[in-house]
Amino acid sequence: MDASHSYTVLLAALFAIAAGLVGSVALMKRMLLASDVISHLALPGLGLAFLLKFSPLIGGGATLFLGTLFVWQLQKKTGLATDAMIGVVFAASLGIGALVTPQEDLLEALFGNFQKLSLAGFLLGAAAVILVVLFIVRMKDQLILNLFSPELAAATGVNAARLDLGFLLVFSLTVLVGLRFMGALLSSALIIIPAATARQLTTQMTQFVAVACATSLVSVATGFLISTLIVKTSTVGPTIVIVSALLFAVSLLKK
Amino acid sequence: MTDRLLSVRDLRVAFGSRVVLRELNFEVYSGECLAIIGPNGSGKTVLLKALQHLIPYEGEIHWSQEARVGYVPQSVAADRQLPLRVRELLAAKARFLRLADQEIEQVFLELNLSPEFLNAGIGTLSGGQFQKALIAFALLGHPNVLLFDEPTASLDELSEERIYELIHRLQQRSGITVILVSHDLSVVYRYASQVLCLSKGKPCMGPPKEILTPEMLEDLYGAPHKYYRHIEEH
Repeated sequence: MDASHSYTVLLAALFAIAAGLVGSVALMKRMLLASDVISHLALPGLGLAFLLKFSPLIGGGATLFLGTLFVWQLQKKTGLATDAMIGVVFAASLGIGALVTPQEDLLEALFGNFQKLSLAGFLLGAAAVILVVLFIVRMKDQLILNLFSPELAAATGVNAARLDLGFLLVFSLTVLVGLRFMGALLSSALIIIPAATARQLTTQMTQFVAVACATSLVSVATGFLISTLIVKTSTVGPTIVIVSALLFAVSLLKK
Repeated sequence: MTDRLLSVRDLRVAFGSRVVLRELNFEVYSGECLAIIGPNGSGKTVLLKALQHLIPYEGEIHWSQEARVGYVPQSVAADRQLPLRVRELLAAKARFLRLADQEIEQVFLELNLSPEFLNAGIGTLSGGQFQKALIAFALLGHPNVLLFDEPTASLDELSEERIYELIHRLQQRSGITVILVSHDLSVVYRYASQVLCLSKGKPCMGPPKEILTPEMLEDLYGAPHKYYRHIEEH
């Protein structure tokens, strides 16, 4: 493995930690279904990027963030993102993305690829992960108060609308970092499944977040190894998700 | 002369075309216990939320500069499924408000909170214990006004009594002003210095002896006075 592959593996590990952190909060906010939609929002942008030959991260990121703002507005107006709206946004994103993405790039756009990564690419991704970690750590107390009771949090002085937007943006940033390996269809799976696994295994907040991060890391590491050494494919996303799902299944044995 | 802590003028709250509160005017002075009573849907919770500027309203709500408000909502408004211990919840508020450690310890002593209680998960607390945790939460930050929204809803009689004794003790010891929504008229009669009644008609306010008469209550709730035995008790 050369240096550029090492950057990919390192960034994948950092993504796993960010996914564990963000997933923990998303599960407690009961927004996992809406979260799943968010990763699919990247697909139209990814497709356009492949078609017009510019950076997929820029394309994916653009539709991801625009779509996130749309979901945020929806949640604000309706109090929650309704199942119908989630279904429409998910289906529309997938449809538009599948239409504009060139056939030869569709698999990579949907399921990711274990590609070489430049130092610049690694540093950008690492900076994004640091932003995610800083947000969660800095806003930890406000997140806890808002999770416990939005009413009490508002009465205490927490700006819930701004906090929700901040979290959604950080969620999107995490999805963006993972797009490269996981693809638009599976990127949020690594945010959802380790958090669900951790919730089965723990009853305390700190342990919950730690176990979510650890489970995510184990899923990514094991998925990478199986994909590259045994299955010998560069499409690592599905293997990572399968490992993650197996860990969840094992966690069910606890109760 | 006691200080005026709160002044409400021409308060109106509407949700779409449904007007919940209209032409509401009242004042609250330091050290008072104001009980808010009224039938379901009369706007009691809405009033508490408007007082904290949590919902849009028309009219004027003026808190004095010295007012520091603590709020204890109905327990149903909180998520008890979170993997959170009581201590972690209280610490989150304390850190957010940048409170010193001594201030947190003071609240623990005031309410006699044991280490077992503090280390318990919020989902494992009984109804009465959970209300106590919410009161501890409200007391962080040294409020001089406490807003309670039906603090004993879904509690058994003994737990109910303990919560009201605790509120009364806080008021007596620290001179805290209390604004309390309660359906329990005997509690209102026992503890309140002023009663504000909300109904579809014009709101009324006065001391318990004037407001909690059989005639007024029948007018307010639309039920005959035989249900209000506290009148005979007091």
